[in-house]
Amino acid sequence: MTAEALDATGFAGPHGAKPKQLSWGRVGIYAFLVIAALFFLVPLYVMLVTSLKSMPEVREAHIFNLPREPTIQPWIDAMFNACTGRNCTGLSPGFWNSVKITVPSVIVSIIIASINGYALSFWKYKGAEFFFNLLVFGAFVPYQVVIYPIIIGMSKVHLFGTLPGIIIVHTIFGMPLLTILFRNFYSSLPIEIFKAARIDGAGFWQTFFKVMLPMSVPITVVAVILQVTGIWNDFLFGLVFAGTENIPMTLQLNNMVKTTQGTIQYDVNMAATMLTALVPLIIYFVSGKWFVRGIAAGAVKG
Amino acid sequence: MQTSVSVKNLTLAFGAVKVLEGLNLDVGTGEFLVLLGPSGCGKSTLLNCLAGLLEISEGQIFISGKNVTWEEPKDRGIGMVFQSYALYPQMTVERNLSFGLRVSGMPREEIEKRVARASEILQIQPLLKRKPAELSGGQRQRVAIGRALVRDVDVFLFDEPLSNLDAKLRSDLRVEIKRLHQRLKNTMIYVTHDQIEAMTLADRIAIMRNGVIQQLDTPHAVYNNPVNLFVAGFIGSPTMNFLNGRIDGSTFSIDALNIPLGNYKFEKDGVGKLDGILGVRPEHIAVGEDAKKMPFQLDSEIEIVEPMGSDTVGWTKVAGQSVTFRCSSDIPLAPGQKITIGFDPARGSLFDAQSGVRV
Repeated sequence: MTAEALDATGFAGPHGAKPKQLSWGRVGIYAFLVIAALFFLVPLYVMLVTSLKSMPEVREAHIFNLPREPTIQPWIDAMFNACTGRNCTGLSPGFWNSVKITVPSVIVSIIIASINGYALSFWKYKGAEFFFNLLVFGAFVPYQVVIYPIIIGMSKVHLFGTLPGIIIVHTIFGMPLLTILFRNFYSSLPIEIFKAARIDGAGFWQTFFKVMLPMSVPITVVAVILQVTGIWNDFLFGLVFAGTENIPMTLQLNNMVKTTQGTIQYDVNMAATMLTALVPLIIYFVSGKWFVRGIAAGAVKG
Repeated sequence: MQTSVSVKNLTLAFGAVKVLEGLNLDVGTGEFLVLLGPSGCGKSTLLNCLAGLLEISEGQIFISGKNVTWEEPKDRGIGMVFQSYALYPQMTVERNLSFGLRVSGMPREEIEKRVARASEILQIQPLLKRKPAELSGGQRQRVAIGRALVRDVDVFLFDEPLSNLDAKLRSDLRVEIKRLHQRLKNTMIYVTHDQIEAMTLADRIAIMRNGVIQQLDTPHAVYNNPVNLFVAGFIGSPTMNFLNGRIDGSTFSIDALNIPLGNYKFEKDGVGKLDGILGVRPEHIAVGEDAKKMPFQLDSEIEIVEPMGSDTVGWTKVAGQSVTFRCSSDIPLAPGQKITIGFDPARGSLFDAQSGVRV
């Protein structure tokens, strides 16, 4: 035996679990992540603290300071009292308009897209591939290109500037991506389940509602998140198609912040912006876990 | 024998590719028919055609005397069991079993009666309230069989039902399927690529290759009298030995070695002279003392020994061509050892080297 020292446990040389070491590479990665997080969080922090200050305190221009006398009055003003021109209703009409646009658009587009995806995956009719490729192509068409033709079309059927009109527009533009999403999800399911349902005598709709739809929860959650954030944050379509009656929250926020009369109410503007961003944020927080799971499911098996 | 399933001149083409062409098949009532073949031979395709899941291009399908060629799967009087179980994941076992019945609008009492009967036969009563995800592979496959059972159909179709299970479960469920068949006496058509499943379960085996049925016969006949080289090579493990040589009347000669064919039953008399292949099953080759009783004997040297536990597979050479034999594991064998091997050519199979057809 060489004179290699035995330690207290009676082993010579390396044994057991390898000790953890903090390498410089790791430190670098963490440093980068912290900086990246700060990059996005600092503006949010400034917005939050500003929205909780009163105007005199905002004018002191210590933007990083915590509010001395925290107040939620700016938030209330933003929602109910702030003026857009002469119209002092706050953001609430825009909020309800956005709800009226988003909810039906999300529901209708997801129902149609899931049926599309289901039919494209399981009921392969003649030309199904061509139709699918057309849809995929549709996902790459820039919105701005087709806005003008759609305006003409919409006004021909008297839907331009109406609530159903903007819902139809959102549904159409959501269709390519959502159909791809659902088709890939259904294609990843074992085809035998579909065959078994056919042998059990279930038809097109029975198979869809009783067998496929209950299995589609993860991908439906993904679709809901994509659509709610997309439609809620939309500005362009709202501006063009919604009409003055139905302007969404994003549009009203813009109008409110841009029209200045006298002093700019930074606190109210900050609160209004955060209020507008709140709905997609809540959706993310509530369903983030599902979202990641659904995306991963589609990615690996799709 | 009354026919239960009858396929007449069935052709299935995807575009220009004909997967099945002019296929004919008659299955008797209560018969257990196994469709056996390598991957891509069209056996699963044929089963899907029978089930009505694939639309055929030409021909007719009769089930229980009814022309079902244009019928929907549900109206064909069939139940089907899939390799991947294909249970509805969000339904309990009970609802999985009853789904088809509920869809057809059957009265509740009748559904309950049938589910109870099926779960009794398959012994899955304790699982009825569970979801498929909470079941083991064997239990899932039992539920899948139950789903076919409750439909009270004449014909069961199995599409490689045991291929997803581990070896032990597979042999257990194999026996259960056999027991089920003996109890129900339904017609069963069973697709597999596992020759042991085919041999143990089948009344008749249809061996398929490239969409054509090569041989349709009892397991015994398929094993002992393969009609061509493909069937001979596909059935049996280790595979049959093939010796290339020349048939000359009642002698098979490999270079200087002459093997008298003795009592070999030719398919037809007067074969004459032709290049042939002599097929001998490894288990029909005897070694040592037993070899001396055989009509043909030969001294040889062992090259490789593979002990399998129950028996031993040895590798040797006959006239320069590799030959395996199977013997009791009690016989001591070692590489390099000189042994005597012997076999009865009458138990072998002779094939035309050109066409591969049995002569």
